[in-house]
Amino acid sequence: MRRRSRRRMRNWLPGFLLVLPSLLAIGVFVYYFIGWNVAVSLTDWRGSLKPSDTFVGLANYRQLLADETFHNDSIHLVIFTGFFMAGALALGIFMALLLDKGVRGEGVYRAIFLFPMAISFIATGIIWRWLLNSDSGASTTGINKLTEAAGLGFLHSEWHKTDSSFAVAAIALPAGWALSGYIMALFLAGLRGIPEELREAARVDGASELRIYWHVIRPMLLPVLLSAVVILAHISLKTFDLIYAIDPGGPRTETPALYMWQTTFRGTFFARGASIATMLFIAIVLVITPYIWYTMRQERKK
Amino acid sequence: MSAIPDAPAARTRKAWSWGRFVRQLTLFALACFFLMPVYALLVTALKDPAHVDVVKMWSLPDSLSLESFRIVWPKLQDGFRNSLMLAIPASLISSMLGAANGFVLAKWRFPGADVVFPIILFGMFIPYQAILIPMFKTLSDIPVIHYKAVGGLEGLILVHIIYGLPITTLIFRGFFAGLPDELVDAAEVDGAGMLRTFFSIALPVALPAFAVSMIWQFTSAWNDFLFGLILTNTEYWPITVALNNIAGGQTVPFNQAMASALLASLPTLLVYALLGRFFMRGLMAGALKS
Repeated sequence: MRRRSRRRMRNWLPGFLLVLPSLLAIGVFVYYFIGWNVAVSLTDWRGSLKPSDTFVGLANYRQLLADETFHNDSIHLVIFTGFFMAGALALGIFMALLLDKGVRGEGVYRAIFLFPMAISFIATGIIWRWLLNSDSGASTTGINKLTEAAGLGFLHSEWHKTDSSFAVAAIALPAGWALSGYIMALFLAGLRGIPEELREAARVDGASELRIYWHVIRPMLLPVLLSAVVILAHISLKTFDLIYAIDPGGPRTETPALYMWQTTFRGTFFARGASIATMLFIAIVLVITPYIWYTMRQERKK
Repeated sequence: MSAIPDAPAARTRKAWSWGRFVRQLTLFALACFFLMPVYALLVTALKDPAHVDVVKMWSLPDSLSLESFRIVWPKLQDGFRNSLMLAIPASLISSMLGAANGFVLAKWRFPGADVVFPIILFGMFIPYQAILIPMFKTLSDIPVIHYKAVGGLEGLILVHIIYGLPITTLIFRGFFAGLPDELVDAAEVDGAGMLRTFFSIALPVALPAFAVSMIWQFTSAWNDFLFGLILTNTEYWPITVALNNIAGGQTVPFNQAMASALLASLPTLLVYALLGRFFMRGLMAGALKS
């Protein structure tokens, strides 16, 4: 017994030492930096590259909560997230269901639905800002031109240039284009992971295909839905490049992620930028931590 | 080995029916939607620049011309080179470290390994805004050695390595967890230490995981914008920042915007086309699904 435990002691140490550098790097660049960022948000650092030591408590947060731009940006984020998540989920699940039973050319369709994931949000944004052109009359072009040619001219949209607070919803279109293939892949893998015997058994019991999907398959896909929601939600909260490329500096499509950047690196209001970043961080922690905890617990059960 | 199993063969071979026809038609329409931007991009970039008109973005070119590419390439090539020079070492080093971490966390565990893994994993999901200010401050003047790692590529490579660690560790941990314990036990009985077991037993079989990890890291480093924007000077701009700068303005000609977007996306598209199944497994890992 003693020998065994001594052997184990000698055993795990090199493993720990091998992981240690990564652990230290993550410790500094993730945890220490996040703490430092919170500390910056409690000071009045602004104007110069030299940090300020003056502690101002929650003053930056109070200002932020009273700040109209931050209000609007938060509303934009909620609208964007709603449209983006609903759209990407609906489209992704729909595509997975279409492919699930096996169709001719499945590999080609999968490749086509997923390729936008390989492209940067900047390139995606640069292409889509031309497709989302809002000109009308003889200058109509982009998607509007297509709907017009299809006799659906009434669908003409101002996209992100509209005065409505829903302007940011237009960004959900390229965002959904980029990410619904990912959702499709997640659900298709989930669908294919369900043992065929289960469907077969239900069929033998005389259940229709539709009923099988609802009563047998849907409950088994709930964990996949959870993953998809968490993935989309955290991507949505962080979205920066895409909006930056489509509508640089546009007040109607600005979200807190962009506001943070503007405030900090354009305006040099470091403390205020840090407080926006902290709010964003808290929002993401609320989404992600339960998910990591849940995934780890599932893994231990196996 | 693909992340998505194929449909059972019995279900794929069926006679023609209206249901199947409608399904094919719907899929075809969806494929058109996904390829629509590619179509606009290709026909525009291949037109003679003199004939390009935004209003006619959907019409086919009268004649093919590579002139647009010739115009934008000189403006993009520095960014292209910078991105290659940062994405290749960043993905290599990050994958190597991830392989070591994954091996230890799956097969050479130490007390507390179950707590350490989620702590590393968490770094994958944080909004980078929340570390930007300290990161910029630290890299501007690294403590103790007083080295300035902003402006050039070294700081950017470093942050890509570090923020890549969670996903690479995740990919390799998942891969090694799938290997039988006997593999490692046998090496141990033979008297091999951890490092030798890792290098001579674990690494050689981990090639598929390497492919997944390298592709994921290369793609994210190539496509990153935020870090590049903040950490580099004009001369060292990565491709995304260069692209946004030349094609993002309101006044840039349409054909040049399209041609540069295409050129800037070519490497990752090529990787996707050639190694799509590894790309797919990276995506699954990214959702914590193995």
